Amino acid sequence: MTPGRGGRALVRSHVVTGGRATPSRNTLDHITLITATKDDVAGLEPEKRRLVRLCRGGWLSVAEAASHLDLPISVTKVLLADLVDSGHITATAPAAPAGVPPRQLLKDVLDGLRALL
Amino acid sequence: MGSALSSDPAYLPATVRRAAKILITGHFAVGKTTFVRTLSEIEPLRTEEVMTQAGELVDDLAGVPGKKTTTVAIDFGRRTLSDSLVLYLFGTSGQDRFVHLWESYAQGALGALVLVDPRRLADSFDMMARLEEMALPHAVAVNHFDGAPRYSDDELRQALDLLPDTPLVTCDARDRASSVRAVIELVDHLLDHLRELV
Repeated sequence: MTPGRGGRALVRSHVVTGGRATPSRNTLDHITLITATKDDVAGLEPEKRRLVRLCRGGWLSVAEAASHLDLPISVTKVLLADLVDSGHITATAPAAPAGVPPRQLLKDVLDGLRALL
Repeated sequence: MGSALSSDPAYLPATVRRAAKILITGHFAVGKTTFVRTLSEIEPLRTEEVMTQAGELVDDLAGVPGKKTTTVAIDFGRRTLSDSLVLYLFGTSGQDRFVHLWESYAQGALGALVLVDPRRLADSFDMMARLEEMALPHAVAVNHFDGAPRYSDDELRQALDLLPDTPLVTCDARDRASSVRAVIELVDHLLDHLRELV
């Protein structure tokens, strides 16, 4: 783990999220896959517009979207939860919900890795 | 328009809808980022998390202005494994002050691969203890370093105080096949672990 880059965002996190700390839904994690489902960004705050524009191109994980926009994951989750609520973004359900991962998922990961050899 | 991106997004294949996560963990400079880079199909990305000085993950953003905070960066990569499945690899360090951050990354992870430097075995003790405390299933991969001492498996198992069923492999984080094999050992172990639970 390395220290963060020097360049800080011009707008503080709590301003970007409208002062809210927790997302309106808890189903988003680092590897939730997301894409844009609505092109119209009228009325959205700048950071949300950037997110929707990024997600128009296809599917990405929450962590990738955060990284491309230089936002902390915690902030990105708050913004994305709103965008899911407003119908701009659609998100997949987690493949491995908290607890024990499904056997089929592990098997598929194993098969995929073996195919790389 | 202020829409410039810090990197070109490489979108997933259109049919991929399932994502799995594995942690690549270990002490400072053990080769986590090299390992992630070797297996990733994209240039590894970096995500930043805001932490308090005490090492707590900041989830109360409204409280940030009054607190001294620090930013921690985590490198991660991805590998598409089939037309429906993608694997994400997060390189997370196990330093004590970042335990809350670590726990948030461990959530939903299939398991962890612990990279170990044979020249600095003692640096891995905290990490091994933490994994056992959290009951996060894991495998240990001794990363290759030129000129490092060569220990037998028994010596390594004893030094690291591994549980009998914890897999121990050697790997070279710069080599793709070797790194893939190390992750295969982990996933094999995760399937065994599942059988024991049933």
